[in-house]
Amino acid sequence: MDNDSKKSSKKDKKLTMTQQQYKQFAKSKEPPRPVLKNCARAFFVGGFICLIGQLLMEMFVHWFKFTEKTASNPTVAVLILISVILTCFGVYDKIAQWAGAGTSVPVTGFANSMCSAALEHKSEGLVLGVGGNMFKLAGSVIVFGTVAAFFIGIIHFLFGAGWK
Amino acid sequence: MLKGHQSWEFRNRPVILGTATAVGPEEGRGPLGDEFDIVHGDTLLEQKSWEQAEKMLLEEAAKLAIEKAGLTKERIHFYIGGDLMNQIISNSFAARTLGIPYIGVFGACSTSMESLALAAQLVDAGFAKYAVAATCSHNSSAEKQFRYPTEYGSQKPPTAQYTVTGAGAAVVSRDGDGPVVTRATIGRIVDMGIKDPFNMGAAMAPAAVDTIEAHLRDFAIQPEFYDLIVTGDLAKVGHAIAVDLFAKHNVPIERTKFDDCGLMVYDLNKQPVQAGGSGCACSAVVAYSHLMRKLRAGELKRILVVATGALLSPLSYQQGETIPCIAHAVAIESGVNAS
Repeated sequence: MDNDSKKSSKKDKKLTMTQQQYKQFAKSKEPPRPVLKNCARAFFVGGFICLIGQLLMEMFVHWFKFTEKTASNPTVAVLILISVILTCFGVYDKIAQWAGAGTSVPVTGFANSMCSAALEHKSEGLVLGVGGNMFKLAGSVIVFGTVAAFFIGIIHFLFGAGWK
Repeated sequence: MLKGHQSWEFRNRPVILGTATAVGPEEGRGPLGDEFDIVHGDTLLEQKSWEQAEKMLLEEAAKLAIEKAGLTKERIHFYIGGDLMNQIISNSFAARTLGIPYIGVFGACSTSMESLALAAQLVDAGFAKYAVAATCSHNSSAEKQFRYPTEYGSQKPPTAQYTVTGAGAAVVSRDGDGPVVTRATIGRIVDMGIKDPFNMGAAMAPAAVDTIEAHLRDFAIQPEFYDLIVTGDLAKVGHAIAVDLFAKHNVPIERTKFDDCGLMVYDLNKQPVQAGGSGCACSAVVAYSHLMRKLRAGELKRILVVATGALLSPLSYQQGETIPCIAHAVAIESGVNAS
């Protein structure tokens, strides 16, 4: 309790007492996010997308003579294609409102973020619109993905196997 | 003339000669679907962009309102309007098409009543014989500017609101038949420290309460003076907060009907709009269709429309600023029993 109030008072340092009281009051009126339901849905939808991925991979291995390693590229490509098609038909965002993290965490979510931004900014032209805005949302994923990979690489070098 | 601290009383009782609304498909499916003049089946209106579609909606509503008032655009003296787009492009571009002398205003979602109050003031003071007040918003253009691309799959919290796709326009005249604008209260900025752009209702509720209380104080009246006091777009969360704030401040709001346009425009149980409607068009399309019909029919005698606006920009909330909010109130009386 003490910890909580300290934390919030630090964050709300600039707010007056009335504002802080109102914030607490408004918070009590807010319908809570259905966290459990969202987690369950994300788990099942995310799992379902991975299941499709696994099936695709098996298909590439058994029918098209790919190895387990080389099959991952065409698998991801097909998932991205499905995601882009669903985005273009205006279905993906509707599924996402229901599924939450289930559709945004897998590679399909990344494809959706790029495709939706490209579609949205088509009206501003190919170069400044589509080209300039396609990574509007996906950009930060790439930036922080690279930064995280860099630090993990250093940790791996220091405590792991060293040069390889 | 000035009444109290921040209110105007319109002695000459400017008449709302004609109103018109144009909306998108989601609003057409809502409970007020039959009352809108134009319902489009497609949100793009065969245009190339959301922004152009928004401008089209506004042009349609403005033209139809002028037509319904029995006028031509050449006879309108001033056009007052605003919207949510950067540099209020929807209104400026529509005003270019209409060719009427133009006053652009920005009050975010409070623009509907801000423009109506100003139009009534011009007419009341004799600065114009006919003036048009109009506003519009578009779900997709608002999402694009303030949040994420339309097709981006992000999950919205239950406090989020759905921007109304539509436009509403009213022609205010010195004389004629129709509901009359009698009073207005211009709100001040109220900022209670809410930062979450997905919880606009909670941010705006104190502004609505502040303006309504100022209105009651300036005219020395009680809530029951009106048959209906309706806020612009507080939606479910904001409306509940406003009711509680009135109770806290000992304002007997329960003596009249207190409602919200954001709750009236959609069926919250059936439509995917989370807490309810929002946007400039929210209060405009409800007031200029449903409420005007009731006033003209004499079902409502006296109403107070309080349009609420959140004056944030995408930049300001990303920089961690709180959301300053405002509300403007306009009282409209049925012309039927005009004294």
